[in-house]
Amino acid sequence: MSAHDSHAPNRSGLWDWLTTVDHKKIAILYLIAGGIFFLAGGFEALLIRLQLMYPESSVVGAKTFNELITMHGTTMIFLAAMPIIFALMNAVVPLQIGARDVAFPFVNSLGFWLFFFGGVLLNTSWFLGGAPDAGWTSYTTLALNQYSGHGVDFYVLGLQIAGIGTLIGGINFLVTIINMRAPGMTFMRMPMFTWSAFVTSGLILFAFPAITVGLVLLMFDRLFGGNFFNPDAGGNVVIWEHLFWIFGHPEVYILILPAFGVISEVISTFARKRLFGYSSMVFATALIGFLGFMVWAHHMFTTGLGAIANTLFGLATMLIAVPTGIKIFNWLLTMWGGQIRFTSANLWAVGFIPTFTIGGMTGVMLAIPPADYQYHDSYFVVAHFHYVIVGGLVFGLFAGLHYWWPKMFGKMLNETLGKWNFWTFFIGFHLTFFPQHFLGLMGMPRRVFTYLKDQNLDMGNMISTIGAFGMTIGTILFLVNIFVTAASSKRAPADPWDGRTLEWSIPSPPPEYNFAQTPLVRGLDAFWIEKVAGNKGMTPAEPLGDIHMPSPSFLPFLMSVGLFIAGYGFMYHNYVVVVIGLLVTFACMFTRSVKDDPGYHIHEDEIEDKGVKA
Amino acid sequence: MGMKGWQQFWRQLSLFGLLALALTGCGKDELSTLKPSGPVAAMQFDLMKLSSAIMIGVFIVVMLIFTYVLIRYRKRPGQQGIPKQVEGNHALEILWTVIPFLLLIVMAIPTVTTGFELHKEYSKEEALQVKVTAHQFWWEFEYPDLGVATAQDLVLPVGKKVQFHVTSADVMHAFWIPALGGKIDTNPGQENKIWLQADKTGTFYGKCAELCGASHALMDFKVEVMDQAAFDSWANGMKGVQAAEPVAATAASAAQGQEIFNKSCLGCHAVAGKGGKMGPNLTNFADRERVAGILAHTPENVAEWLKDPQKVKPGNNMPNLNLDDAQTKALVDYLQTLSVK
Repeated sequence: MSAHDSHAPNRSGLWDWLTTVDHKKIAILYLIAGGIFFLAGGFEALLIRLQLMYPESSVVGAKTFNELITMHGTTMIFLAAMPIIFALMNAVVPLQIGARDVAFPFVNSLGFWLFFFGGVLLNTSWFLGGAPDAGWTSYTTLALNQYSGHGVDFYVLGLQIAGIGTLIGGINFLVTIINMRAPGMTFMRMPMFTWSAFVTSGLILFAFPAITVGLVLLMFDRLFGGNFFNPDAGGNVVIWEHLFWIFGHPEVYILILPAFGVISEVISTFARKRLFGYSSMVFATALIGFLGFMVWAHHMFTTGLGAIANTLFGLATMLIAVPTGIKIFNWLLTMWGGQIRFTSANLWAVGFIPTFTIGGMTGVMLAIPPADYQYHDSYFVVAHFHYVIVGGLVFGLFAGLHYWWPKMFGKMLNETLGKWNFWTFFIGFHLTFFPQHFLGLMGMPRRVFTYLKDQNLDMGNMISTIGAFGMTIGTILFLVNIFVTAASSKRAPADPWDGRTLEWSIPSPPPEYNFAQTPLVRGLDAFWIEKVAGNKGMTPAEPLGDIHMPSPSFLPFLMSVGLFIAGYGFMYHNYVVVVIGLLVTFACMFTRSVKDDPGYHIHEDEIEDKGVKA
Repeated sequence: MGMKGWQQFWRQLSLFGLLALALTGCGKDELSTLKPSGPVAAMQFDLMKLSSAIMIGVFIVVMLIFTYVLIRYRKRPGQQGIPKQVEGNHALEILWTVIPFLLLIVMAIPTVTTGFELHKEYSKEEALQVKVTAHQFWWEFEYPDLGVATAQDLVLPVGKKVQFHVTSADVMHAFWIPALGGKIDTNPGQENKIWLQADKTGTFYGKCAELCGASHALMDFKVEVMDQAAFDSWANGMKGVQAAEPVAATAASAAQGQEIFNKSCLGCHAVAGKGGKMGPNLTNFADRERVAGILAHTPENVAEWLKDPQKVKPGNNMPNLNLDDAQTKALVDYLQTLSVK
C-alpha cells in the first residue's frame, strides 16, 4: 500500500484528455473523433449525390468521384460507425455491469489513439497526392500499383493501425464483461446492450485478424513487390475477396448488433416494460453472431464460385432472417401492453423497426443467388446496405446518443430539436435510399460517377439527391442541439427516463469511480427491481472503502504517434522514418513493461456519495 | 383504435407504392431487369417476384402490429400504474420462429433449382460460344468457332443459347446485360462461364458492374440481337473480311486517313486481318451503335474522341495522337468506311 499514491494525479485541460484512461472520458473522445469523421464521410456522400443529381454532370471528375466513394465507405465503416459504437460501449457497458472501469484501462486508451491516428493517416491522403480510389473493398488487381494511385497505400496502412486499435478494444470488452460484473450480475441478467457489446467484441476478435492478413499481403504487393494478388506472377485476385469478406461480413454484424442492443434498451425503457423474450433475444444475438461467420461468400455470388458454393452460402444467409425476425417481433411485443413515450430517443428506436425490416427483407432477397446475379453491384445493393447501416445502425446510434446523453454529459438534449432532427433525417433517408432499389433494378450499376441520359434513371437519382439534403439538415440540427444543450445550465437528474439498468442508479455524469460501493444485482433490470421494491437505490455488495484507480498515462498517445510516423516511412520508402517511428513505439512499450504503475487510491473520505452500510 | 392513425398509415403506404410504380413504369426495355427479354432474366425475375411478394407480406404483418401497438399503447395523459411485466410467450415465440422458417423453405426450393439451371454449361453443339475479355474500359468479343473477333457491339442470334467464357486483361470487371440476365465477374487470370439467351431481336444495353477505374461508369456495350439468317450473314461477312488484308480506301481523304491509321493506330487496333490487340478491333467500326461505347455514332463524335480521348473517357489507355483538324477529318473518313454490312 505504501507505494500507492493516495491522491489522483492533478491533471487538467488538454493534458487530462491526452492521458486519460477513464472509460467515460475515452467514450467522449471516441464520440468526438467518430463524430468528426462522420461529418467528413457525410460531406463526401453529399458530393457523391450532387454529382449524380443530373445525368452526365461534372460536379466532380471521374477520379475524384472514385476517391469520394472509397473514402465515404471506408470512413463511415471504420472511422465513424465503429468508434461511435465504441463510444457507447465505453460510456455504458462498465456502468451496466456495475464496474468501476474496463479490465484494461491503459489498453482502452491505446485502442482509441491507434484508431484516431490510423484515421488521421488515412485522411491525410487527400492532401498528399489523392485519396484511395479502389473502393472501400479495394479489390485487386485494381488496388495494385499498376492500376491505382498512391492513395491505396494510405488505406492499407491507415486501416492496419486503426485495426489494431479496434482489435484490442474488442478484447478489452470481452475481458471486462467476463470478469468485471458486479456480484449477482450473471450472464443471463446482463442488459441487452451489454450482451450485444459482448457478442460484437467476440466477432471483432475473430473477424479483424482476417482483414489484417489481407492488408498485410496487400501492403507487401504494393510496397515491396509481392505478388500475392498479381495473376501475371501466379497470384490470385479472388483470395483478396475472400479475406476481405471473411472480415467484411462479420463486420456488418459487429455494426448492427450494438444497435440491436440500444434499441432493446430504449424500447423497453420507454414502454415501461421488461424486454419481451429476453432469453430468446440473447439466443438470437449469439446465433446471428455465429451465422455471421458462415455467409461471407454471399458478397461474392458473381465471382464464379459455382452452383454448390453459391447455393449453400445463399441458404445459410437466408437462415439469418429467422433470429432477426425473432428480434423484430420481440420488440413489437415489448411495446404491446406498455405505456409508450415518444421521446426523441424512442422516436429513433421506433423508426428503426420498419426501416430495418425493409433492409432485412431486401437482405433475404439478396440471399437468393440467381436473383442476386441481377442485384449484385447495382444500386439495389446500395439501397439495401444503407437501409441496414443507416436505417439500422445510425438510427440505433442516434437513439443511444439521445438516451445516454444525460448519463455521458450530465445534460439533457433538447427534445424539440431532437424531434425535428429525427423527422428530417427519417424522411430524407427514405427519399434518398428507397428509389435506389428501383434504380438498381432498372439497370444502374453502383459506383458509377455518372449515367447517360435517356436511360430513365434521371428521376430516381434526382429524388435521391433531394433526400440527401434532408439527411444533411437532420445532422445539422443534431449539431445545433449539442451546442444548445452544452450552453444550457440545466443539469440532468441521475435517472431522467425511469431507467431499468444500473447506469441510472448513479449520478449523471457518474463520478470517476462510478459506484461508491459495488452494487448487488438481484435480477434482470437490476435498478428497476429495486425501484419497484420501494428501495432508494441499489443494495451495496461491499462496505464503503478506499477505491483503487488506474493512473493516467501519456504512453498510449505516444505509442500511436510512433506507428503513425512509421506509417509514412513505409509509404514513402524512407526507412529512417520507419525506424524512428517504431523506436518511439517500442520505447513506450518498454517503459510500460518495466515501470511499476501501481495506480492510486481515492480515500473513503473523498467519496462524495456517502453510501449505505453493506 | 384511432382512425386517424390508420388513414395516415395507408396514405404513407400508397405514397411509397405510387413512387414505386412511377419508377418501375419508367424502366427502359433495353436496360431493365424488370423487363426480361430472355429465359435467364425471366427466371431471375420470377425469383425476384416470389421473394418480394413474400417479403412484402411479412412487412405488412409487421406494420399492422407496429401501427396497432403504437396507437393503442401510447402513454396517455394521467395514466397511472405500472404495465404488466411480461417475460415472454413460448407459443408466440415458437410461432414467429417456425413461420419464417417455412417461408424460407418456399423460397429455398426454387433458389436451388434455378441456381443449378443457371450454372449449366453448354457445348458448342448446344450453344454459340463467345469469349469475352474485359479491358479498361472496353469489351472484346471473340467467336472462336466462327473465326470472328469484334469489340463493343456484341452480336447474337435470337432464340439461341449463348455460352460465354469471360475473363479480363487487366482489373476485375463484371459482364452484365440486365435485360438478358444477371452478371458474372471477369477475373484476371481466370475464366468464368455464364449462359444467356435473347428471345427478342433488337439492341440491348450492357454494363460493367464492377468498379474498374476512373471510367467504370462509361464502360457500356451494346448487344445486337438479330434473327439467325442475319446473324449468319454478319458472321460470314466478318469472317471473310478478317481473313483478308484491309481493303484500301478509295476516296482521297479516307486514303489519307488510312495512311495515318496504318502509321499510328494499327499497332493497337486491328482492322480486317491485320493489327494489334491492345485496343478494340475496328473491323466493323462504322457499323457500331456508339463511339467509345457511350457517344452517339456521328462523325463529330468520332472526331471528338480522336482529339482528346481522356476527355471522353478519363483514365483510358488510348493516347492523344495530337492530330490537326485535317488529319482528324481524314481519319474519321477512313474509320467511317470500316463496315461489313
